Amino acid sequence: MTMPTTFLGYRRENGRVGVRNHVILLPVDDLSNTACEAVAHNIKGTLALPHPYGRLQFGADLDLHFRTLIGTGANPNVAAVVVIGIEEQWTRRVVDGIRATGKPVSGFGIELHGDHDTIHRASKSAREYVQWASELQRVPCDLNELWVSTKCGESDTTSGCGANPTVGDAFDKLHAAGCTLVFGETTELTGGEAIVAARCKDERVRAEFMRVFDRYQEVIDRHKTSDLSDSQPTKGNIAGGLTTIEEKALGNIQKIGRKCSVDGVLDKAETPTGPGLWFMDSSSAAAEMVTLCAAAGFVVHFFPTGQGNVIGNPILPVIKICANPRTVRTMSEHIDVDTSGLLQREITMAQAGDKLLDMMFRTVNGRLTAAEALGHREFVLTRLYESA
Amino acid sequence: MIHCVLHDPRDSVAVVVVEGVAAGMKLTGLVLDEDRTLTFDCVQDIPLGHKVALKNMAVGDTVVKYGVDIGKVVAPILRGQHAHVHNIKTKRW
Repeated sequence: MTMPTTFLGYRRENGRVGVRNHVILLPVDDLSNTACEAVAHNIKGTLALPHPYGRLQFGADLDLHFRTLIGTGANPNVAAVVVIGIEEQWTRRVVDGIRATGKPVSGFGIELHGDHDTIHRASKSAREYVQWASELQRVPCDLNELWVSTKCGESDTTSGCGANPTVGDAFDKLHAAGCTLVFGETTELTGGEAIVAARCKDERVRAEFMRVFDRYQEVIDRHKTSDLSDSQPTKGNIAGGLTTIEEKALGNIQKIGRKCSVDGVLDKAETPTGPGLWFMDSSSAAAEMVTLCAAAGFVVHFFPTGQGNVIGNPILPVIKICANPRTVRTMSEHIDVDTSGLLQREITMAQAGDKLLDMMFRTVNGRLTAAEALGHREFVLTRLYESA
Repeated sequence: MIHCVLHDPRDSVAVVVVEGVAAGMKLTGLVLDEDRTLTFDCVQDIPLGHKVALKNMAVGDTVVKYGVDIGKVVAPILRGQHAHVHNIKTKRW
């Protein structure tokens, strides 16, 4: 296949390109979910992103909370944002962070107003934004302006021999095309870390990768009560035939292909500073990782699955790839790209990669993914430790 | 029909990729990287996605998949048997 060199996206005020045009209601904290959901109910075409956190967090955990919320609002798949928080000051902090992109954003604190007045004022703002956003047009954008993330879930052995290497083949091609790419799942590299280290582009990146890998291993060692055979691999992984963390990791790593170098290391929800393949230090829990990718600015996601993870994200289109013939048969409504033919030698890996890229272009040009059509909007914030 | 696949010719286990693999069947395995097949006898029923042993392995042996160490044998495994959590464990954590 000759890969297209352009796609149709929304060019935002800061030059970044989005593939969706959401107007979101973003709660700063758990207490503001109700007002956000009320506004989203009032104003059609808007989307609330409820979540359970944002109170009494401190230090690095609070920094990550703000970075994730601001990054989500700043994501180019989002046209405009209404922020609601219980307190004025933290609400303003999120608004100011998003405003740096130049996109329309307003903020409302509930204290001294109550829910009724807040919902009333925020609804007016949301209505103006959604009507404005509805007139924005897609324009031709260069392929190298596309940011693509990957993370797999409910993996089984077919992930390692079918769905994950399909992503790897596509990543090799997108890396050569100058795209910005990310993978992560620090603990799920256990047993394959030397392979990732060998793929790092230079000693500096390799040292940084090994530093974050070793740090996460220390977390596991500090909290574990067993060899983790009961949770990594998960029960679903084991039911699917995966036996050890090493086996799972080696399958996981197939997602970074065979040619592309690992060009840099990111903290959670951190935005890359240039093109190439980035490693993000992150949890391997699906919704946490995908939420962090969206907050880092990625606009489309490749999600290979074996046993059938059904995850989506409110602002990031999640493309599901599956090579397990039984999952493709029993959970077809969740699967965007079926590469089960790989396991019967009906298609080659290069053809599977092209099949995924074809679906990627259709998706970024506007086709709804299975997860979008089904309404999967998992928005899960990563916590580092207890609240104060 | 391909019944199972190997990632690497050095692998000591292969992944069953069809439903209904049962004791007594002759299995065809595809070596993914080399695009060639091999055949052997299956001696246990093995579910889709689970692994079949390609050789006899003793307790303490290293299990190889993707051409890489994926764990250790904790109960003896015979060629054609089901290889999973009942006879293989991680070396980590």
